[in-house]
Amino acid sequence: MGEEFVRFSLAPLLIGVLAAMACALPGNFLLLRRQAMIGDAISHVVLPGIVVAFLLTGSVTTWPMMLGALGAAALSAVLIELVRRFGRVEPGAAMGVVFTTLFALGVLMLERANLGRAHLDVQHALYGNLESLMWLRSSGWSSLLDPQALARLPEELPRMAGVAGLMGLLTLVFWRPLKIASFDEGFARSLGIPVRGVSFGIVLAAAAACVAAFDAVGSIIVIAMLVCPPATARLMTDRLSTQVWLSLGFAAFAATAGYVLAGYGPIWLGGEHAVSAAGMIATVAGLTLGIAALCGPHRRRDEAGESQPL
Amino acid sequence: MEILLQALTLQLGHNATLATLGAGMFGLAAGASGAFLVLRKRSLVSDAMAHATLPGLALAFLIMAALGGDGRGLAGLMFGSAVSAALGLLAVDWLTRRTRLTEDAAIGAVLASFFGFGVVLMTVIQTLPFGHQAGLESFLIGSTAGMLRADGLTILVGGAGALILTFLLRRPMTLVAFDPEYAAASGVKVRRIDLAMMALAGGIMVVGLKIVGLVLAVAMLILPAAAARFWTDRVERVVWGAGLIGGASGFVGTALSAVAPRLPTGPMVVLTAAAIFFLSMILAPGRGALAVWSARRGFGRKLRLRAGLLALAEGRAPSAEALAALRRAGFASAAGEATEAGRKAAREAAEDESLWARAREILPPEALTGRDDGATPLRAALTPDEWSLVKGASA
Repeated sequence: MGEEFVRFSLAPLLIGVLAAMACALPGNFLLLRRQAMIGDAISHVVLPGIVVAFLLTGSVTTWPMMLGALGAAALSAVLIELVRRFGRVEPGAAMGVVFTTLFALGVLMLERANLGRAHLDVQHALYGNLESLMWLRSSGWSSLLDPQALARLPEELPRMAGVAGLMGLLTLVFWRPLKIASFDEGFARSLGIPVRGVSFGIVLAAAAACVAAFDAVGSIIVIAMLVCPPATARLMTDRLSTQVWLSLGFAAFAATAGYVLAGYGPIWLGGEHAVSAAGMIATVAGLTLGIAALCGPHRRRDEAGESQPL
Repeated sequence: MEILLQALTLQLGHNATLATLGAGMFGLAAGASGAFLVLRKRSLVSDAMAHATLPGLALAFLIMAALGGDGRGLAGLMFGSAVSAALGLLAVDWLTRRTRLTEDAAIGAVLASFFGFGVVLMTVIQTLPFGHQAGLESFLIGSTAGMLRADGLTILVGGAGALILTFLLRRPMTLVAFDPEYAAASGVKVRRIDLAMMALAGGIMVVGLKIVGLVLAVAMLILPAAAARFWTDRVERVVWGAGLIGGASGFVGTALSAVAPRLPTGPMVVLTAAAIFFLSMILAPGRGALAVWSARRGFGRKLRLRAGLLALAEGRAPSAEALAALRRAGFASAAGEATEAGRKAAREAAEDESLWARAREILPPEALTGRDDGATPLRAALTPDEWSLVKGASA
């Protein structure tokens, strides 16, 4: 178990857990603000951004792709606002117009561009490729103390750790304005909290988490983790701080259980091949939410004695 | 170019023709029924349904293959996807009604977890000895390449059926989309109509899977309706206009994708619809961006001209902007002197202004709401009755 586990599973498992937590954190605030679908939109528009970045630089390197993806996310925010204003349609439909159009554009460019050996296709964008992020230079647990082996960890791991840490730091630093602005915008405004700035910051943070996680784990995990763990936690408690901590726990659980089930579940059932880890992680996250919806202590809307913020 | 013309005039062979016609029929049904969803503000629920088709699609393939048949039969795959889309819809409905979660969260959660489970099943299929030929990936972004005759017919018939259902349900759906409370008061079962509307949308998603693919299918419900709204405010016109736009997009997009390799059908159809949408957004009379912009400019010019005329009448020097407007209208010379016509117009403007002051005194404020914009002459803003009332009062 030891050596093989460290070589093949440790890095993907950690990356999955970190990506899940990085997405779940801003997801808590998107959920309270009824903007849960923003994650869905962002994870679709990231594709054309990445393809354009690839066409411009000709290589699959991290930073141009991240910038391209962030640029596409910003462009889509502008387009959504334009469509909403001129088209006088509800925000949901405006979002739907923009993200499907940009995704279609991304798929078309992807098919037309000659990508050569570059590892980029529609399936990869949707499912990611968590299983391939192995730590081939390791030779067991002792490698964790070996600087040379550590230097050859998949680069997604430190990046995801950085993004998850950044999300945690931002949540801590801006906790008070985040909390007040998410529950009661009018009150927040009367306290002098820049509500629009907070709102924009949340979307920006979610976009950054999406883009970083998208590259490593694909868009299903991103969408699932932005919504499912915070929603599950919301059915368990009324306190925002408890909800945020619980959502981190549920995110880590879904990533771990999903990864293990995908890798070992089929073998336990007598099969030979592992199934998609990304898909299984999203499935576990959905099942957890289903259980909470059946028996979570705070699943109902009108509970006596509790003030309902939303 | 020639081959595009051939594709558009249905001369690329029997199966390509069927695919193009089927896509047109699908677009027609999607556009028309999508209009109701957009008006009811529920369009993204169908995105959850479209993504939720994947596990049903994969399970149907596995079951058909296990029973010894060809797992790729479109009718069977469509049946499987319809069942799981319905389950997805029920899950969204259940989460929204039974828990405190809002609809957007329910949609996101159902979309991601159903799709994730579908991906798990897809990897199971890929490991089967015959799985590599399954070609289920083509349902992600749509492909009409190599479509069989039976598949084309299935889509054509399914699309026509959905269109007929939309036509039959159009009255209760219009009522519910516009004023659910009034609809409930007049005896319409709002919840049942809502579910029927959603189920219809789900059915259309299933019909279109092969053409636009499940990731993009929702676009064909939203884009045509959003485009049609730029051209008209009347519900029936939005509905059938959306049908027309959807049908044209399906037809043209599929024909375009047949012209050259590596032009995937789904994106081509969606981008055709998107092109129509963005052109409508810019060009539509009345509501389009250009029309709004020029109306705003015209109004600004009228305001400045009026300010200039009032300044002339009171013997003040008009502002630079107002003077420019006066010159353009021929009311002032290049040197800034008022012309004969300018003096006359200034007298009229001053007279109109005092009539306006009188009107504001004697007419109830709500009668002037939206008409007192500071640039319209009183005569044009009032009804003949009100006009004679004000005229009489100030005489």
